[in-house]
Amino acid sequence: MSEVLLEAKAVAKHFGGVKALQDVSLTIRRGEVYGLIGPNGAGKTTFFNCLTGLYKNEFGEFLFDGHRLEADAPHKVATLGIARTFQNIRLFGNMTTIENVMVGRHVRTHAGVFGAIFRDRKTVAEEQGIRRRALELLHYVGIADRADDLAKNLSYGDQRRLEIARALATEPKLLCLDEPAAGMNGTETEGLRELIVGIRKDGVTILLIEHDVKLVMGLCDRVAVLDYGEMIAEDVPTVVQKNPRVIEAYLGGSVA
Amino acid sequence: MSNMFKMPGMQKYPVVGLILVAVTLAALPFLVAMTGGQAWVRILNFAILYIFLALGLNIVVGMAGLLDLGYIAFYAVGAYVWALLASPHFGLHLPFWVILPIGAALACCFGVLLGSPTLKLRGDYLAIVTLGFGEIIRIFLNNLNAPFNLTNGAQGITRIDPLTIGDFSFSAQSSLFGIDFSGPMKYYYVLLLLAIFVIIVNVRLHDSRIGRAWQAIREDEVAAKAAGINTRNVKLLAFAMGASFGGIAGGMFSAMQGFVSPESFSLLESIMVLAMVVLGGMGHIPGVILGAVLLTALPEALRYGVEPLQHMAFGRQLIDPEALRMLVFGLALVLVMRFRPAGLWPSPERRRELAEKEA
Amino acid sequence: MDIFLQQLINGLTLGAVYALVALGYTMVYGIIGLINFAHGEVVMIGTMVAFTIITALASAGGVPTPIIFGAGLLAAVMCCMGLGWGLERVAYRPLRHAPRLAPLITAIGMSILLQNLAMIVWGRNYINFPQMIDKVSYEVGGAIFTNVQVAIVLTAGVTMIGLLYLIFKTKLGAAMRATSQNPHVAALMGVNINRVISLAFIIGSALGAIAGLMVGSYYEIAHYQMGFMLGLKAFTAAVLGGIGNMAGAMVGGLLLGVIEALGAGYIGDLTGGFLGSHYQDIFAFMVLIIVLMFRPSGLFGERTGERA
Repeated sequence: MSEVLLEAKAVAKHFGGVKALQDVSLTIRRGEVYGLIGPNGAGKTTFFNCLTGLYKNEFGEFLFDGHRLEADAPHKVATLGIARTFQNIRLFGNMTTIENVMVGRHVRTHAGVFGAIFRDRKTVAEEQGIRRRALELLHYVGIADRADDLAKNLSYGDQRRLEIARALATEPKLLCLDEPAAGMNGTETEGLRELIVGIRKDGVTILLIEHDVKLVMGLCDRVAVLDYGEMIAEDVPTVVQKNPRVIEAYLGGSVA
Repeated sequence: MSNMFKMPGMQKYPVVGLILVAVTLAALPFLVAMTGGQAWVRILNFAILYIFLALGLNIVVGMAGLLDLGYIAFYAVGAYVWALLASPHFGLHLPFWVILPIGAALACCFGVLLGSPTLKLRGDYLAIVTLGFGEIIRIFLNNLNAPFNLTNGAQGITRIDPLTIGDFSFSAQSSLFGIDFSGPMKYYYVLLLLAIFVIIVNVRLHDSRIGRAWQAIREDEVAAKAAGINTRNVKLLAFAMGASFGGIAGGMFSAMQGFVSPESFSLLESIMVLAMVVLGGMGHIPGVILGAVLLTALPEALRYGVEPLQHMAFGRQLIDPEALRMLVFGLALVLVMRFRPAGLWPSPERRRELAEKEA
Repeated sequence: MDIFLQQLINGLTLGAVYALVALGYTMVYGIIGLINFAHGEVVMIGTMVAFTIITALASAGGVPTPIIFGAGLLAAVMCCMGLGWGLERVAYRPLRHAPRLAPLITAIGMSILLQNLAMIVWGRNYINFPQMIDKVSYEVGGAIFTNVQVAIVLTAGVTMIGLLYLIFKTKLGAAMRATSQNPHVAALMGVNINRVISLAFIIGSALGAIAGLMVGSYYEIAHYQMGFMLGLKAFTAAVLGGIGNMAGAMVGGLLLGVIEALGAGYIGDLTGGFLGSHYQDIFAFMVLIIVLMFRPSGLFGERTGERA
C-alpha cells in the first residue's frame, strides 16, 4: 500500500474566462490531516467540487488509492472512498436525522426494489445493519438523541455534525470537510476539533478547508495555500505561516 | 412497519381494528349499492383504481420528487395493451395473466424510454417534457388507424374482454354462498386487492434503501450524488416503477370499461392524478388515498347534486351542470391549496412543522 | 418551393402569437418560478371579450372598423390585466411560501375554473368572428398571405419592441430584472417585490389579450377550450427558448410556429405518407424533447451548473 492516498496532478478549472484553478498539484498521505486554506474565492471549494466529481476539470487528473477519478461521476468517487461535507450545509431537510445517515450507507449496501417490496431475509438483515450503523454514527458525533427529528429542525452545530456522520456512513478513506467550523462559536469549534481528532485516530484521512486559522494550524499535519486559483505554498503549518507570499496573500493581518 | 397507519384505537387493539377495517371494506360495495345503486359501486371502483394510479404516481412525484405531468400516458399504454390483446379488434383473446405483465412491461419500457434522455432536466423542464410525451402518446393513439389500423383512431376499441379467471367472468352477475354479486361488485374486490398491494409496496419502499435514495434526491440532488447515489439510475428506477403501476391500472380500466378511446387519456387526467397526490398530502400515503377518493367522488357527487340544487335555487336549469360541476371542482382545488398548502392530510412531521410555524 | 414559402409565412404568423403568449409565461416564471397554467385561459378570455365587444359594436352599425377593433382590443387588454392581477392576488400570493407543488395545483385549479366559467358565459359552441375586415391576399413567389397575417406579425413586432424597451430602458424594467435575479437583494435595494410580481402578471396578461385577438381574427373562430392547447404550445415555446428569458420566449415562439407549419407541410413526404398532417401537434413536443436533451436549459437559458 502506497503512502500517498490522493494525488492531484495539474488540475485546472475555468468558468468562462475566469481561471478558478490553475495547475494545482498536491499529494495527501494516508492518515494525515491536510489543510487547504486561502482567501475567499481562491478556489478551495472549486477544488473540492472537481475532486468529488461535481465539476468537470478541464485539465489534470486525480489519482486516488490507485484509481484515476472519473470527472462528472460523483457516485463513483463516493464508492471509491471519498466523502464530503458542504460549506453551506446540504442535508435532506425533510428526512429524519437517522435517515440522513442511512442514506450514506447506500453506497455500501445492495438491496433493490424486489428486496424492498418482499422483504426477504437478506434485505431485512441489511436494513437492520444500516440502522444499527447509522445509530452508532449518531452516537459517535453526539446527536443520537435527535435521531427522529427532521434534519432541518436541528441546530446549526448539530447539522454540521449530522453532515459529518452522513459522510462517515459511506466508509470513506478520505473525508473532505468544507469549512466545518463556519458560523460556530468557541465551544462548538472546540467540540468539532475533538471530533476531527477522533475521526483521524480511527484511520480516516482528512482534507480540510477552513478559515479558522487557529483550528487549521492546530489540527493539520500539512497545509496548502491557494490564491487566485494557484497553489502558492505547501508545507507544515509552522513553515507556511512564515512564507512571505502566504502572509501577503492571506494571513497578513489575521496572524501577525 | 411504518407508523403511518397508527390510530389511537388501533394501537391498543390492533387485531380488532384490523378486523373492523376488513369487514367494512368487504361490506362496502353492498352498503354503497343499497344507498346509491350500482352506479355508485362503479364510482367506488374508480376511486380505488385512482388510488392505485395515484400511489403509482406517488413513487415518482411524492418520493422521488420528479414532477411527471404525462403519467396518464403509461395508463394509456396499459389500457391499449389490454384492449388490443383481448378484443375482436385483432381477434385476440389472451388471458389476463399474459396481458397484465405485458402491459406493465411495455409501460415500463416507455417510462425508461422517456426517462433516460430527460431525467437530467430540472424539475419544471421535466414537467413540460413529460407533459409533451403524454400528448404525443395521445396523438398517436388518435391517429394510428392509418395506414395500418392499430388503435382504431378516435373511435377507440370496443367490446373488450372483461377480466376472467378460468371460467369466472367478472362482468356478469353471479351468486356465491347465496349472495348476489353484480359485475362491478366483483371488480371491487379485485381492485381492492390491487390497491392493498400498491399500498404495501408504497409503505415498504418508503422505508427502504431505494426509497431513501429517492427521498434524498427529492431533498437535495447534489448532496445525494455526493453521498454516493447514482441519481440517474435511481431516478430511472422510480420512473419505471411508476410507469409499470400505470400500465397495470390501465389494463384494469380497459377490462372494467370494455371500451377505450384516446379521449380517456387527456392531459386533464394526468392533472387529476397529480392533484390527488398533492391535494391529499405529498408523499404521505393515507393523504394520497384520501385525495384519490375525494377527487373521484367530488365530481360525481356534484353531478348528482348540482341539478336538483339548481332547480331548488332558480326553479329551472340555469347553468350547464357539466360546467358548474367542473367550476366547483376547480374552485375546490384552489381553496384546498389556499388553506391547506401541505395537503389535506399531510405527514405528521410536516404537520408538526406547520403548527410550529404558526405558533 | 412555394409550399416552403407558404408554410414559412403561416408559421411566422402562428409563431408571433406563440411568442406573445410565451412572454406571459416566461415573465411570471422568471420572477416567481411558477408555471402559470391559467395563462392560456387568460388568453382565451381575452379573445372572448374582444369578440363580444366587436360583435356588439358591429351589429350596432355606423361605427368605423378601426374604432371597433380598437375598442375590442382595449376591452380585452383591460379585462385580462384585471384578471391577471386578480389571479396573482387571490390565488398565488397567499401560497408564495407554500411547498413547491401547491401553487402549481392552484394554477391548474384556476385554469379549470376559468375554462368552465367561460363556458357558462359564452356557451359550449364555437363562436364566429364577425366578418368585418375585407381580407386582401397578396402573392409573392407562389405563396399567398393576407393583410390579417401582416397585421398580426406587425402588431406582435411592435408589442415586443415596446416590451423590450420597458424591460431594458426603464426603471420599472430594471426592478423586474433585479427581482428575477435575486428577490431578496432586490427587496433590500428598495424594490417593491409585490408590485413587481403584480406587474409581471399584468403585463403578461395584456400581451396575452393582444395575442388572443390575433389568434381569433386569424382563425375567425373562438372556443372556451382554445386556451388550453395554445397555452401548452406557448409554454413549450418558452421552455424551448429557455424559460425566464424574454428573448428566448420570442425566438422560441417564432421557431415553434415555423417548425410546426413546416412539419405539417412536409410530414407526409418525409414519412412516405405514413404520417399525415394531423400529427402537426407532435412536432412541438418532439422538438422540445430533442432540444432539451442537448441543451437542458433551453436555447437561450443560462447553463446553470449545479452549485455546490
